[in-house]
Amino acid sequence: MAAVEQQAPSGESADRFGMRRKSAGGPDERLAATGRFTQLIRRPETGAAAGFFATMIIFALLPGAANLYSLQGSMTFLTLSAELGIIATAAALLIIAGEFDLSVGSMIGFAGVVIGLAVRELHFPLWGGIGLAFAAAILTGYLNGLIVVKTRLPSFIVTLASLFILRGLSIGITRAVTGRTQIPYILEDVPDPATAALFNGHLLTGFFQWMATQGWIAARSDGTPFVTGIPMSIVWWLALTALAGYVLTQTKYGNWIFATGGDADIARNVGVPVGRVKISLFIYTACAATLLATIQVMEAGSADTTRGLLKEFEAIIAAVIGGVLLTGGYGTVYGVLFGSLIFGLVQMGIFYTGIDTDWFKVFLGIVILIAVLVNNYIRVKALGRGGGK
Amino acid sequence: MNVPAMELRGVSVNFGSVKALQDIDIRVFPGEVHCLLGDNGAGKSTLIKVLSGVHRPSSGAIFVEGRPVAFRNPRDAQGYGVATVFQDLGMISLMSITRNFFLGREPTKSGLPFSRINKEFANRTARQAMADIGIDIRDPTQAVGTLSGGERQSVAIARAVHFGAKVLILDEPTSALGVHQAAMVLKLIVEARMRGLAVIFISHNIHHAYPVGDTFTLLNRGRNRGTYAKSAITRDEVISIMSGGEDLKAVEAEIERLLASIGNKAAAPAFPPP
Repeated sequence: MAAVEQQAPSGESADRFGMRRKSAGGPDERLAATGRFTQLIRRPETGAAAGFFATMIIFALLPGAANLYSLQGSMTFLTLSAELGIIATAAALLIIAGEFDLSVGSMIGFAGVVIGLAVRELHFPLWGGIGLAFAAAILTGYLNGLIVVKTRLPSFIVTLASLFILRGLSIGITRAVTGRTQIPYILEDVPDPATAALFNGHLLTGFFQWMATQGWIAARSDGTPFVTGIPMSIVWWLALTALAGYVLTQTKYGNWIFATGGDADIARNVGVPVGRVKISLFIYTACAATLLATIQVMEAGSADTTRGLLKEFEAIIAAVIGGVLLTGGYGTVYGVLFGSLIFGLVQMGIFYTGIDTDWFKVFLGIVILIAVLVNNYIRVKALGRGGGK
Repeated sequence: MNVPAMELRGVSVNFGSVKALQDIDIRVFPGEVHCLLGDNGAGKSTLIKVLSGVHRPSSGAIFVEGRPVAFRNPRDAQGYGVATVFQDLGMISLMSITRNFFLGREPTKSGLPFSRINKEFANRTARQAMADIGIDIRDPTQAVGTLSGGERQSVAIARAVHFGAKVLILDEPTSALGVHQAAMVLKLIVEARMRGLAVIFISHNIHHAYPVGDTFTLLNRGRNRGTYAKSAITRDEVISIMSGGEDLKAVEAEIERLLASIGNKAAAPAFPPP
């Protein structure tokens, strides 16, 4: 008793309780152990970044590397990465908040159909069709989130239902209205180059043209370069990644995302609006799918009810490769950027090496397995010691 | 000092036909450590849930600083300055000390495109709040999951103190801890007491409760078996009342009879050497 109440006059003599008072200034002698390497490896995006550079080196050593790493080849695989990255970033935030959205792929198909039908059948202006698709996405995301939050059912099941419902609606409505499963010539009757360019244009076209005239990049016989600029899909991807990264790590809302996925009950007890966080992220994934659908429709000029098949799984895989913990509460969007890069690189790399693209899925499976193992290892490292909560 | 920081008057809690708590009176004053002691099933968990706002009493009243209150939930209770550190500590292991410390109360500053958490301020404040109560944390950005049990408990207590708790309720804060870690938490309890907080310390471990407690309320089978100032009761008396005194003697006598009846068999080694 006496020992407990006795106040230690200086820092050192408080040591009897295995603790010391904070002395003014000076580093803590217990902090020394963490080296730079451990600190680096503790960052959740490190595994994915290392994986990306390893994949780059592997393909550099294989035949076809010159084509893969040419400006044209790079732009192609970056576009593939961008299209995946747009939805993977959204999926990652949702996974960090502890939920899944399996309806992303179907939402891509559905949003395309909405744009196509609105423009072709209802004679909406192009921006109107796109607006309608985003409205449908907000509603879908809201319903997904609301059902998950209110019923406390696993989002895996709830969004699996949405996966089938949205896909069924896409095919059913399109066939009922047009008698086909594709909606062609969407851009024909509605010339709206400004809106289309927002999703399908290129940035820095002048610069690329100038580089072509200087003879620095490959050009056609008429002098126009093969790569006319940076596709808008890449711009959207990088912008959304930067924005999502800022929100997740710098804002109050980002803190709530981590807390919601870390332990929803504890988060709720300290006043985090867990339901609102989840619902807003379901809306974000649906909108990201719609953005991708819009880009694809602008690019192809047509909508197809089978668009986006299996994209939900690719998005989840890219997030996991990027170091996002499947059980929630931990991860980064910058890792997902590398996860998407690996995906695009492997897909194009296999094409350029001349390996039968049938093997892409085998490769993909192996990459996923490695990613999950690394994911687990990093999590343990992040906690600084073995396993457990 | 005459107005209790928190008071329960005639509180009973029924779950269907089960009377979990009957007619409990408790008063705790600022600068006092009030220990609630009881064996398993004594009603400690139910009582803490009433104090913290998880359960509403079936009858009776709760007063905070003399005013009657009805907590809707733990967060509501916090608004009255009644902070509870539950056994899960209300902290998320994968998040950093600072992020946990300010969760739900993040300090922000303007930023583009959205206002951002003021991390320098948050880290500094979390560190300072810990230092104020005598805990030195290595790095406020490390995950709570990397801390020891005692350190986690300390962060949770520091958070409650920093955000202006007048009544600090601790649910078995030392039960899962080793000797050194428990001592660290007990010292924090004394520290909180010296700052004028009313501390309600729930425990079934008299050896942890007795050194720091000023007042002891003993619970048994949902009833208050008496509230004693420390000067009025010894450690052994507390143990005796907690375990139901006469009951324990009866159990001891029964065990002795049992041992006597098996006599020689028990004395012989179970596995005689070959």
